[in-house]
Amino acid sequence: MQKMTKTLLGLTSALTLSVALPNIAKADELTLCWAAWDPANALVELSKDFTAQTGTQMKFEFVPWPNFADRILNELNSGGKLCDLLIGDSQWIGGSAENGYYVKLNDFFDKEGIKMSDFAEAAVNAYSTWPKGTPNYWALPAMGDANAWFYRKDWFNNPEIQAEFKEKTGRDLTVPQTWDELLETAKFFNGKEIDGKKVYGAAIFTERASEGITMGATQALYPYGFKYENTTGKYDMEGAVNSEGAVKGLEAYKELYKCCTPPGYTDAYMGETLDAFKSGQAAMAMNWFAFFPGLAKDENVGGDKIGFFVNPKQATAASTLGGQGISVVANTDNMDGALAYIKWFAQPDVQKKWWQLGGYAVHNAVLNDPSFKDSQPFAADFLVAMNQVQDFWQEPSYAILLQAMQKRLHDYVVADQGTAKEALDGLAQDWKEVFEDEGKL
Amino acid sequence: MSSANTAHSVVEPSATTKRVAGAIVIIYALVTMIPLGWIFLTSFKSPPDSISYPPKIVFTPTLEGYCNLFTTRTRQTPEYIESLGPPTSTCDEITRSRNMVIAGPSNYWPRFQNSMIIAFGSTFLAVFLGTLAAYGFSRFRVPLADDLLFFILSTRMMPPIAVAIPIYLMFRGLGLSDTALGMILLYTAVNVSLAVWLLKGFMDEIPREYEEAAMIDGYTRLQAFRKVVLPQATTGIAATAIFCLIFAWNEYAFAVLLTSGTAQTAPPFIPTIIGEGGMDWPAVAAGTTIFLVPILVFTILLRKQLLRGITFGAVRK
Amino acid sequence: MDQVTLVTDTNSSFVDKAADAAVRATPTTVANRVRGMSDRSIAWAFITPTIALLLAINIFPLLWAIYLSFTNFRANRPNAAIDNVGLRNYERVLNDADIWQAMQTTAHFVFWTIVLQTVIGFTLAYLIDRKFRGHAFWTTVILIPMMLSPAVVGNFWRFLYQPQIGLFNYIVSFFTGIPPSSFEMLGSVSLAPWAIILVDTWMWTPYVMLICLAGLRSIPDYIYEAAEVDRASGWRQFWSITIPMALPFIMLAVLFRGIENFKMFDMVMLLTGGGPGSTTEVASITLKREAFESWLTGRSSAFAILLFVAVFGLANIYVKALNKVKQR
Repeated sequence: MQKMTKTLLGLTSALTLSVALPNIAKADELTLCWAAWDPANALVELSKDFTAQTGTQMKFEFVPWPNFADRILNELNSGGKLCDLLIGDSQWIGGSAENGYYVKLNDFFDKEGIKMSDFAEAAVNAYSTWPKGTPNYWALPAMGDANAWFYRKDWFNNPEIQAEFKEKTGRDLTVPQTWDELLETAKFFNGKEIDGKKVYGAAIFTERASEGITMGATQALYPYGFKYENTTGKYDMEGAVNSEGAVKGLEAYKELYKCCTPPGYTDAYMGETLDAFKSGQAAMAMNWFAFFPGLAKDENVGGDKIGFFVNPKQATAASTLGGQGISVVANTDNMDGALAYIKWFAQPDVQKKWWQLGGYAVHNAVLNDPSFKDSQPFAADFLVAMNQVQDFWQEPSYAILLQAMQKRLHDYVVADQGTAKEALDGLAQDWKEVFEDEGKL
Repeated sequence: MSSANTAHSVVEPSATTKRVAGAIVIIYALVTMIPLGWIFLTSFKSPPDSISYPPKIVFTPTLEGYCNLFTTRTRQTPEYIESLGPPTSTCDEITRSRNMVIAGPSNYWPRFQNSMIIAFGSTFLAVFLGTLAAYGFSRFRVPLADDLLFFILSTRMMPPIAVAIPIYLMFRGLGLSDTALGMILLYTAVNVSLAVWLLKGFMDEIPREYEEAAMIDGYTRLQAFRKVVLPQATTGIAATAIFCLIFAWNEYAFAVLLTSGTAQTAPPFIPTIIGEGGMDWPAVAAGTTIFLVPILVFTILLRKQLLRGITFGAVRK
Repeated sequence: MDQVTLVTDTNSSFVDKAADAAVRATPTTVANRVRGMSDRSIAWAFITPTIALLLAINIFPLLWAIYLSFTNFRANRPNAAIDNVGLRNYERVLNDADIWQAMQTTAHFVFWTIVLQTVIGFTLAYLIDRKFRGHAFWTTVILIPMMLSPAVVGNFWRFLYQPQIGLFNYIVSFFTGIPPSSFEMLGSVSLAPWAIILVDTWMWTPYVMLICLAGLRSIPDYIYEAAEVDRASGWRQFWSITIPMALPFIMLAVLFRGIENFKMFDMVMLLTGGGPGSTTEVASITLKREAFESWLTGRSSAFAILLFVAVFGLANIYVKALNKVKQR
C-alpha cells in the first residue's frame, strides 16, 4: 500500500506540473469546430491542401449533432478559446452576431475581393446575414444543405413489387410527388417481406433532446402551409403556427410515424435513420443532403440500389433548411490565420474540390457549372431543394423557441398526448410568451 | 448449551443453505456481468456485425473498432484512394478496405489524457488538503468543528447542475472555462469533503499516544505529524486517494457543462463517438473498454476499504 | 474480526453522528503547546486552505446563485441589463406545470429504485452472509457496476436496449417468447421509466448490498445463540433479530441512495435524454435545459435553490427518524 501511495503521489505531481505549464497557443495552428458528420471528415481531407500551402496546422473539434448546439453555444458563451473557426448552424447567427461572438466579415470581404454575389443567394441569406436580408455578413457560406429523402431504388424497380403496388393503389409505383403519395407508399412497403426480411415504410426524425423532431416534422408542416408569422417580422403567430394546414401537416407526420417507422425509432435523428436504411429495414428515409455522397457510395445499399428525391409537395413546395456558414470566432488568438483560411476556402478551385470530396459548395462556380447536375445522382435535387428552403427562427432566443417546439411535437407525435391542434396552439402560446419576455410583443 | 448439540451451529449455516445461497449469488453476479461482457465483445466486432439483427454472438473478431476509435475517416472514391500510395499501417489497411481513408487522428487520446491529468491532479490536491484538515479536526479543538464538518459534507448534497450555474459564470469571469486548472480546482473542492471525512476517521484511529511519545522525545508537533502520524495513515490516505480518483474519473455533469474541448474528459466524449452517419458502436465499445480498465483494477485493489469510502466513513469495517 | 461499527451518536444531523466523540473528549496535552508552532496556529494552518477552497468554489457561488435567483439575468446576454425581479422567478418555478411533472418523475424514480435496490440488496447481503465458499470473490464481482461512470453506463445501456440490435430485448424474448422488436424499453411511454429504474438498480444494488452486509455482520452471534436457547424459529429470529438490528444500516443505505438519485442526471441524460416526450425528464434534466440551453439563468437559479432546500430538508428529517430508530 505504501509503495502504491508513493507511486501515486509521484505520478500526480508530475501530471500536475504538466498542467501548470501554460498552454502555449501556437501561432501556426488553427482549430476548426463543426458537427461530427460525413462532410466534416471530407473537410479534414480538403484542409490538408491548406496546411500544405501555408504550413498552418489544422486541428478539428467535431461534435455530434445532438450535442452540437448545446456544446458550441456553451463554449461561445463561456468565452472559451477552443475554436478559431466555427461552422455554426444557421439559427445561431442572430445570437452570435448580437452578442459579438462572430467577427463581422464585410471589411475583410471587401479587402480581399470576396463577393457574396458569387454564392447562391438563398445560401448567403440563410447562412451569412444578420439582421436577415441586410448586407451584414457574419459568415461565408460553407455548406448548403436541406432535408430530403432517399429510397431503395432496387425495390421500387422490382416488377413484382410494382405490379402489387399498381393493384393496390391503382397507380404506378414512382417516387412520391406529394405527401399523400409519400404516406401511401410508406404504408405499402411497411410490414412487407423483402429478401426474407421484414421491412418498414420510412425512417424519419423523432429525436427529442436537440432539434431532431422539429427538423423532421417541418418537412411535413411547411408543405401543408405552416408559417412562423402571418406577416414577416411582426411575430403574429396566431393562425400561422396553428393554421388548419399546419394541423393537417402535423397529423400527417404523426401518421407516418405511427404507421411506418421501424420499431425503436422513437428518438431517432441523422444517425438512426441512416442505420435503418443501411441495415435494409427502411424503404425510404429522410436525411440531410450532407449524407448523400456517403450513401451513394455505400457498399450495401449504395450505387444502383439507392435513389434520392426532394421533399414532396402538398399545398406548396418546401424543404427544411440545413447547412452552415463558416465564421471567425471573435475570441480567437489567431485572427490572421483564421481569415487566411476563409480566403483560401472561398477560392473557386477549392470550392470545386470541396464538392468532389463530399461537401456541398454553394459557390456559383460549382453550381452553375453545366456538368454539376450530372456530377452526382442527387445534384439536381439539391438545386431544387435549395430554391424552396425554409428555416426555423434565427432569433437570438432560438434555443428557447426550439425547445418549446421539441417538447410540443414529441409529446404529441411520440408520447401520444393530446391532438395536433392542441400541440400547435400550445406552441403558439409558448412562443408568444418568449417574445413577450423579450419585449418584442 | 442445547443448541450446541444440534447438527449445525446457530451461526454456521448448513451445507445446503450455503450451496443454495452460493448458487443464487453467483447467478446474480454472472447476470450483472452480461452487459459488460457484451460491450467487451462488441469492441471487437466490425460495424456491420455490431448492428446486425438478431445480435451476433459468433463473429470474426477485428480491430476495426479500436482503429476507428483513434482516427477520423472519410469515404472516398476508389480512384482517389488509389492515388494515395500504399497503406502505412494495419488501421490504414482496414480503413481502405471499407473505401475510406484516414483523414487524421480522433480526439479520443487527448480526452483520455485530460481525464488522467484532471483526475490525478484533483486527487493529489484533495488528498493533500484533506490530510491536513483531517489532522486538524482530529487532534485539535476547533471552534465550531461540528458546524464546519457539516458544512463541508453538505456541499456534496447539491445537485451538480445547480452548482454548475454559478461556477460557470465564475469560470467565465476568471478565464477558467474549459481549462484543466479549472476542472482540477472544481473536482478538488468536491472531493475534499470526502477526503476530510474519511481521513479524519483514519486519523482518529491512530492513538494520539504515539505522537505524544514522539513529542516527549523532542519532536515538534509538525515533526510528529510527518514522521509518526503520516506513515501510520498511509493505508487510509491511499484508500482515500483512490476514492477521489474514481469520482474524478467518472464525473460527467460538470465536465459536460464546463468544458468543451481543450480540457474535456473522456466521459462526455465517449457517447459522442460517431462513425460514418450513425453510431459507431464498436468504436464506442472500444473507448468504453479502455476507459473502464483502470476502474476495474482499482475496484479490486480497494475492495476492503470500499464500504468506508462509499458511506463517507459512516460505516466502518 | 469483523468488527463493524455504525459510527453514530444522537446529534441532529447525520454528519454529526458520524463525527467521533473522542476528539472532543480528549483535551490537548500541555506538552503540545511548548515547542514549535503552537497547536492553535497549526490547527488553523491545516484547516484554513480547505475551508478557503470550499468558500471559493462552493459557498461564494451558492451566494451568487441566491442573488441571481432574484434577477432576470441570462448568461447568454452579456450586454443586457440585469433587473431585480423579486420573487417572480420563484413564483414562476412553483407554478410551472413542467417542473412539477419533473418532480413527480423524480419521485417515482427515487421511490422505485430504493425499493428494488433495498429488497434485492438486502437479499444478496443475507445470502452472502451465509459465507459459502468463494463469497469474498463473488462479492467483489458484484461490486463492479457501481464503480463505473454513470454516463458511460447510460450510454452503453442505450445500445443494449435497442429493440432490433440490442441484447436486452433478445434475452427477454428468449425467456418469455415475446418477439424482441415488439417492445421498446426506451421509446415507449410506459416502459421508459422502468428502463431507467432497471439500469440504476443494476448499477447500485451492490451499494445497498454492501451496507446491508456490514449491518448483518454487526449482529453479535450470542444474540442468535440466546434465541436458539429460547427455541425461537428461524423465521422469528429473522424478523425479531436480524431485521431490527440491521435496520439502521438499511436506513443509511436508503438515505445515501435517496440523495444520489434525487440529483440524478448523467445516467438518465444518456439513456433517454428525458424522453419519450417528457416521460423520464427528472428534475436535473429540466434544470439543465433551463440553465444551459435556454440560458434562463435567473429562473434556473431559483429552481436550483429550491432543489437544494428540498434535498437538504428531506435529508435532515430523515436523519431525525434514523436516530429515533437507533435509540430504540
